[in-house]
Formats: sequence, structure tokens, C-alpha cells
Amino acid sequence: MGDFFTASVLVATIASGVRLATPYLLAGLGETIGQKSGVLNLGVDGVMQLSAFFAYYTVLKTGNLWYGSLAAIGVGLVMGLIYAVITIEFEATQGISGIGIFILGLGLSDLLFRELVGTPKPIRRLPSVDIPLLSDIPKVGEALFQHNLLTYTAFVFVPLSVLLLSRTTFGLNVRAVGENPHAADSLGVSVERTRYAAILIGNAMAGLAGAALVLGLGIFQPNLTQGLGFIAVALVYFGSWRPAGVMAGALLYGMVNATVLQWKALNIIPVSGSVLANMAPAVITIVALAFLARRGSAPAALSQPFSRH
Amino acid sequence: MLKKLVGASVPLLAAVTAFFFGAIMLVALGANPFEGFQAMLEGAFGSGERIATTAVRATPLILVGAGISIAFRARVINIGGESQIIAGALLSTVLALNAPDLPAILLVPLVLATGAVGGFLAGAVPGLLKAHAHVNEILSTIMLNLIMVQFMNYLLGGPLIDPLQTSAGTFIPQTERLSDNAALPTLVSGTRLHLGVPVAVLAAVAAFVLLWKTPLGFRLRAVGHNADAAKAAGINVKRHITYALAISGSFGGLAGSILVFGSEGQRMVTDGSAAGFTGSAGFNGIVAALFGGLHPLWTIPSAFLFGALLTGAVQLQRVLQVPASLAVTINGIVVLFVISSAKLRGYIEGRIADRVTESEEPPDDPGPLADVAIGSLDDPIQNPIDSSDGVV
Repeated sequence: MGDFFTASVLVATIASGVRLATPYLLAGLGETIGQKSGVLNLGVDGVMQLSAFFAYYTVLKTGNLWYGSLAAIGVGLVMGLIYAVITIEFEATQGISGIGIFILGLGLSDLLFRELVGTPKPIRRLPSVDIPLLSDIPKVGEALFQHNLLTYTAFVFVPLSVLLLSRTTFGLNVRAVGENPHAADSLGVSVERTRYAAILIGNAMAGLAGAALVLGLGIFQPNLTQGLGFIAVALVYFGSWRPAGVMAGALLYGMVNATVLQWKALNIIPVSGSVLANMAPAVITIVALAFLARRGSAPAALSQPFSRH
Repeated sequence: MLKKLVGASVPLLAAVTAFFFGAIMLVALGANPFEGFQAMLEGAFGSGERIATTAVRATPLILVGAGISIAFRARVINIGGESQIIAGALLSTVLALNAPDLPAILLVPLVLATGAVGGFLAGAVPGLLKAHAHVNEILSTIMLNLIMVQFMNYLLGGPLIDPLQTSAGTFIPQTERLSDNAALPTLVSGTRLHLGVPVAVLAAVAAFVLLWKTPLGFRLRAVGHNADAAKAAGINVKRHITYALAISGSFGGLAGSILVFGSEGQRMVTDGSAAGFTGSAGFNGIVAALFGGLHPLWTIPSAFLFGALLTGAVQLQRVLQVPASLAVTINGIVVLFVISSAKLRGYIEGRIADRVTESEEPPDDPGPLADVAIGSLDDPIQNPIDSSDGVV
């Protein structure tokens, strides 16, 4: 245990925690925007898997990390469009529709991987970019300011989502549509259009989360996310629908994961113990949900299809 | 009758459309779709042995699907099939490890019952959390899936590991070969058809009887239909929400013990993922249940169809080198189409109801086979999440 509490190990653990928090944060922020508009999207995990595959495949073929990230966003947008049509036009139950998207993403990414790639080949990973001056701060610099661009992007999206939701007309519409779609509708706000936009933004971010995951790892395998996307949905509840809360949750998960990995590497816990420790994120989520659930800050119209009749 | 027939054909049409998408994907993968579907049909039904394999693949889907139908009728969504399967498998495995010498006539029913108990417990947890702490059951059941898979990996790699794996130093996470007295007897020699198949069919019938022929089932459906009215009528809503998830889970747990004791290896083994043990039956069961209109009896043929899809996909891979995950992809598309068709169905039924006199059609009579038309996607699916306070 003493090995863990040395400065260099702690700094490395925090740095790795921030890195591991990135996909949770991107997907969680996207889900927050969707849920604020009253749309529960349970398909995040499937969207992440499919976009992760496309990011991986694009980088494998072109070697260009940016093309890979753009491909992932594109996949997110397409999946978002499908989800929006199903839940808005056909007013389908959101919970099950999301599971359908999940199964589709899981199956299709597996299918395409086996068909187009077969055996996993490593790709370039996102390089870390040192932020001038800040990265030179001893310890803090190494922990916080020597990450890849998608990690910085994820954390920059936190204040941006706050601004988007609370300071723009679009954000106001999103919240109105999520709280009381009929009132918003009678005031001339298009519920459908607002929800389309919120779903597309949310899924584009889920796509980017898939890119962050796979380009951070540098390798793809079927079922890459291992339920990460579902945890991201839970993070929205955990963070009480506030971007800063989602960030806190994502960091908590990243740190827990990083600590478990570090303990395993230092042989502080046996292998079997680390398997048990893998249960921690989901257990924390359930406990947190049980304690936070009564806060009742969920958008009032969450998961309810809207129709004028 | 017309209304019901036309309405029922909509989900079928949705499924046909989904399979059309499957054909397009086959073309995209460079395979002839006719050859593809032929290979799938042959793989699923080409011989008695293959039909038996299809039935075995359908077994967990029947059970999970029937269980999900119960939950849905009480308007709770159970996505925790995977965790309930694993819980049932683990608990029944522990029993078989500790009582290997019991005679088969006792041990087989005991491991099946223990499996159901395991699933019951795994379902009761999200049930209690929803009833008493307002935790959204979709989230808690998904979290439980993630938890149980790690718990399985822990147990099979640690406390329950085959001593031979430890002494050989290979450490493959699996149990020792379980007692032959616990093995589900094969019904047709030369095939894999085992006792689990009729057990699953009977369980689905039992789910139907429970829902429509017992006071408990009536109360569960009353809670699902209108929780406030049920409460006013003196039904303990919280308790019945817990029951719904726990009973639903017991079906998954039974599927788990059937997976272990109907397996060729006669042991429980993990590859680290949930799907490696369950074959994603917890999710595919949702597809089967939805396609069966959330009715336990219709879930039986529906599960056979998707069991056929799964065994057919294996043949597809063998003959045309198309990855078997095509079946998973088609499953996803089926869910999306069937769920989207609910509105179209309502619209068509509405149009017909306008023209046909109302007296012709008794309103939602819960009679035995009256509303078992495929895709009777009525109330529970339109808005299964308790809108007042159950969202979180």
C-alpha cells in the first residue's frame, strides 16, 4: 500500500484517471443535453461501439487521427438521426428503442470488424499535447496538462454545455421542451425540431466518446465499451442533469478505474481482488442512484413521447 | 376481428422489413441473399439434430421473454436478463458442487429450482430499489448486468475454480465438471434436445396462467394498467413492483441453470464477458418478447424464430463466411422496426374502428387467447415508465 502513496505514483494515477474519464464525460454530457430535451437515449453504448469501430477503421486505412474522429462523429449523427426518427416521428418507447440501438451498434460493429479487419491490428494513438506553461508546473502539470486533444475537448465541453443550456435560446428551448413540451409547443417552440437537434448533438458526442476510447487505446476489439455507455447514462442521473455534476461523476469513475489498475500493477491487491474491484463503478452508480433519486431534478417530460393530441 | 388481424400484421410486416435489411446487408457483404437465407434455413431446420439445436438455443429466449412479459404487464422494464441468468447459473452451480451425490431425480429439479431462486433474488434487488428508493429499474438492471458479470468472473476464477486448473497452472476460469446427476437428461438421443426445452415451454405457459388466471397476476396487471387505481383498490403497489421484477428474474435464473446443466461441457465457464456465457440471451429475450407482443405464449414461437436466426447464422458463417454477428445486427433492426410499428398499428386500428361498429369487438378482454394476436403491443409498451415519479 505504501508504494501507492508516493508522489509519482499518485500523479500517474490522477493523470490516468483524467484520461479514463474522457469517454464517460463526452458521452455523459451528450446524454445530458438529450435528456434535458426529454429524450432518454439508452443506445449510447451501441453508438460508441459503432463509432469506435469506424474511428479505428478510418485510422487503420488513412493513418489520420482527425479523419478517424470525424468518422466517429458522422456515425454518431447517423445513429442519432435513426433514433430521432424512431422516437419522434414514430413516438416509440424510448427505453426499448435505445436497447434496439444498442443491439444494432453492438452487432454491426462486431460484424464489420470481423468482415473488414479480422485480427486486431494496433493503430496510432492520440498523442499527448503539453499545454504551454501549465504543463511545466511540477506534479499538477503532469497530472492535468499533458493529455490528448480529445481529453481537453471533453473538459472544455463542460462549461460550453452549461452555456449552451442556460445562456442560449436553443438551450432555453431544450429545457422547456424537456419540462413541459405542450406549453413549449403552445408558445411556438417546435418540440420535434428541438428534440432532433438535442438528439443529434448528444449522439455526435457519444460518437466522439467512442473515438476518444478507441484512439486512446490504439486497438479495437468487439464489445470494446464493456458497458461504458450505460454507465455514462447513469452519470447523468448521478450528476443531477448538470454538466459539472456529470464531470464530477466521470472523474470519480476515471479515478476509481485508474486506482484499481494501479493497485493491480503494484500487486497491492491480488488479481481476483481486482476482478471484484471492477464491480465498483456499477455498485457506486446503484448506491448513488438510491441516494440521489429523490432529488427529483429530472426533466419532467423525460422519456415521454410528444404528440399534439 | 378484422381490426385485430390487420393490427397484428403490422409487427410482422416490420419484421419482414427488418429481414429485407438483412438481405441488403448480405449483398453488401458480398453474399447472395438467397443462398444466405437458404444456408440459414438449413442451419436452423436442415436436420433433426439442427432443429434440436435451434430448440436449445431458443430455450433461454423463451424463459427471458416470458419473464420480461410479466414485468412489462406490471409496467416495469427488466433489462437485467443477463444478470438474472448469471445469478441463477451461479447459485445452481454452487448447489451442484455441494450436493453432487444426490440422485438425479432429486438433483435435477433442485438445480432448476435453485436457478430460479438465484434469478428471483437478482430481480428482487432492482425491484426493491424501484419500489422503495425510486431508482429507475432500467438503469439498475443494466448496472446489475455489469456487476454480475464481474462477480461471475471472480467466482469462476477464484473460489469456484476447477482444482485441476489450479494444479495445472492454467487458471482457465471455469468450474470442475459438475455432477452427472445434475445433468438435464437428453430427450432424443443423438441430438442436444434436453429436458430444459419442455421445462421452458411449460414455464412460459405457467407465466401465462400466472398473469391471467391468478389473483396475483390480476394485481400485477392492475398495477401496470393504472398504479393509482390499483392503490385505491387496496393493492400494495410497491410490493407488486418488487414481485414483478423478482418473478420476471426467476425466469432468467431458470434459464441460467438450464444453460449450465444442459451444456455439453457440464460446467460453468466464462470468457470474461456476459455474452460468452449467456449468448446475450438476456437481450435477445427482449427481442423475442417484443416480437411476441409481450405475451408469454406468443413468446414461445417468437423465441423459436430467433433461436433459428442464431443457429442459422452459425451455418451462414460456415458456408458463406458471413460473420454470425449478422444475427445480432438483424435483432437490433427487428427491435427498432417492431417498436416503431406500434404507432402505425394504432393508426390502422383507429381507422378500422372508425368504420366497424364498436360492438363487434369486445374491448380488451383478457380471455385466454383473445388478445394473444402477435404484437398486441398495448398499454404497457406505449408508456412503460411510470411517468409520475418512477423516472429516476
